Amino acid sequence: MRENVVIRTVTRLMVPFIQVFGLYVIVHGASGAGGGFQGGVAFAAAFILMVIAFGLPDVRARFGNRGIMYASIIGICIYAAIGLLSLLYAGNFLELAVIEEASGIPHLHGILIDIVEAGIGITVMAVMISIVYYMTDTGGDSS
Amino acid sequence: MMLLDQLPILLVILSMLATLLVLGAGWYNRSVCYGIVLLTIIFQFVVSVLLLTRVMNEGTVRYYVGGWLPPLGIELVIDSFSGFILVTIMFLALASVIYLKKSIEKEVPYEKTVSFYVLLQLLIIGLIGMTITGDIFNLYVFLEISSIAAYALIATSRRSYSYVAAFNYLVLGSIAAGFILLGIGNLYVTTGTLNMAELAVLLPASYELSTVHAAFLFMIIGFSIKAAFFPLHLWLPDAYTEAPSAVTVLISTVMAKVSIYALFRMLFSVFTPSYIIESFPITDFILIVSTIAIIAGAVLAIAQTDLKRLLAYSSVSQVGYIMFALGVANLIALEGGLLHILGHAVMKGCLFMVAGAIIYQAGTSRLSDMKGIATRMPISCAAFALAGASMIGIPPTIGFMSKYYLVLGALDAGLWLYAAILLAGSLLAVVYIWRFIEIAYFAGGDHGDHAPQPAFLGREVPVSMLAPMVSLALLCLFLGICIEPVMGIVGPAAALLLGGA
Repeated sequence: MRENVVIRTVTRLMVPFIQVFGLYVIVHGASGAGGGFQGGVAFAAAFILMVIAFGLPDVRARFGNRGIMYASIIGICIYAAIGLLSLLYAGNFLELAVIEEASGIPHLHGILIDIVEAGIGITVMAVMISIVYYMTDTGGDSS
Repeated sequence: MMLLDQLPILLVILSMLATLLVLGAGWYNRSVCYGIVLLTIIFQFVVSVLLLTRVMNEGTVRYYVGGWLPPLGIELVIDSFSGFILVTIMFLALASVIYLKKSIEKEVPYEKTVSFYVLLQLLIIGLIGMTITGDIFNLYVFLEISSIAAYALIATSRRSYSYVAAFNYLVLGSIAAGFILLGIGNLYVTTGTLNMAELAVLLPASYELSTVHAAFLFMIIGFSIKAAFFPLHLWLPDAYTEAPSAVTVLISTVMAKVSIYALFRMLFSVFTPSYIIESFPITDFILIVSTIAIIAGAVLAIAQTDLKRLLAYSSVSQVGYIMFALGVANLIALEGGLLHILGHAVMKGCLFMVAGAIIYQAGTSRLSDMKGIATRMPISCAAFALAGASMIGIPPTIGFMSKYYLVLGALDAGLWLYAAILLAGSLLAVVYIWRFIEIAYFAGGDHGDHAPQPAFLGREVPVSMLAPMVSLALLCLFLGICIEPVMGIVGPAAALLLGGA
């Protein structure tokens, strides 16, 4: 890829902010507008920007196909694990209020929702990045 | 006991986790994938049987996800209708998963097997979700899960034309999904709810609104495309013919049936029978189109030279029979229609399995290449003959029973002419089933001195392919003879649809 100082410098500056914003949107999901899906997409946007600025091989070297696959699996597992946790407390799937009642920890409900949102965010981020990888991939090295 | 209450959601969530397990395990060892898929299907089948017995004993099972009650939350509902469909599709999914191990080794490229199994799982999860959900938007989401999995599965075949078939299906399927989504949107605007039971209560107040009429038409068109109801069936022959034969078995039995289920569910449980008969009289129209479908599908099937394509057009014809029940819309005909959903799934599953077995051994599905195949593959051909007899509707088979109820229902409604066309459709079925039987049994290769079949070295397919095939064929016979227990499930389901129960 042709050197472009402006794009690279701006990307270096932007990426941390985009990622922090993504995390903010994910965590904000329990109490206001936002959530795992939107936050995950925002987080993935940082990676997509890096793919544009630094090229696919550089980004892929840090976050390869295997990492993406693990991330997408772990995200759903977090979601399902929290959902199934409420079954242990005789609630329905994702009925998190019963856990808060049984354990007596205040605001546990909101914390658990944040964890669920984080799970969604991880999976959405991984899938978004993998879509970009597959679309920009021209064959060759694939791990 | 507590876990039993959680079965509806476990059916979806544990399968979803198993799908991820397949994906993860596939990176280390491809050979464990099949075991996980098989275990998951067995689990799903057992759970669906448990759910159906519970519905039969205690009435409708309702599950509120997250403990939120219906107007706000998502509800899973298993009543006698969805329980019946659930057990039917899970049984056929089980049979086709047992069948597909050997078959896909030959028809799916090795590097695609992991994604094949993942997509297969997703397809089945989507179909389960469509069956047990009580929320129309949730229905749409599961529909998309299963459809996208199906598009990709069709394209896994080694044949290059499968990409075209999958793409055609993708385009038409997306149009269908768009229609359905528009319909859902209209309903939501009108009533402010997405819950099916709630909609059935709130809709009658606005039956005369054009928004509701539009929603109804959108839904009918969308689900008719998905179910391949006659003029909208154009994606079906290519998709069925080009997909790997195990996938054809799955989508022709399980997926097609769930689309029809969704259509029935929409028409009878969301829009009530009083709407489709009085406010927006569409049953007469469906009756006419479905009889055209029966005849046209059968005639097109007769014209085919490829076994899989012949069976695919036969499916178009058989969907006509099921929709015929919808057009008559009385209790007896609906019982026949629901019975035909089960019966057609069993017999068409068996027929496509035989077609797949022939492709497995001979590498071809052209009818002209199958002369005298019965001497080489006697068990497969016998299974085909039995399931074919059921397709025609010869007495003690399940196919006879369902058509018997359909004709009875039509006569009950005074539709003599339509009943006659129904019987004519059966006669046409004789012709296309006979085409294969004649070629397989009577066009003996002994005196035919030209082009002996090179791939035929007197071998039957492996037991893992033979066993599901034969058990489905025997089931056609068995279900026809022991019709009472089946009617015990179908009867309440049909009554439930008509709003009686």
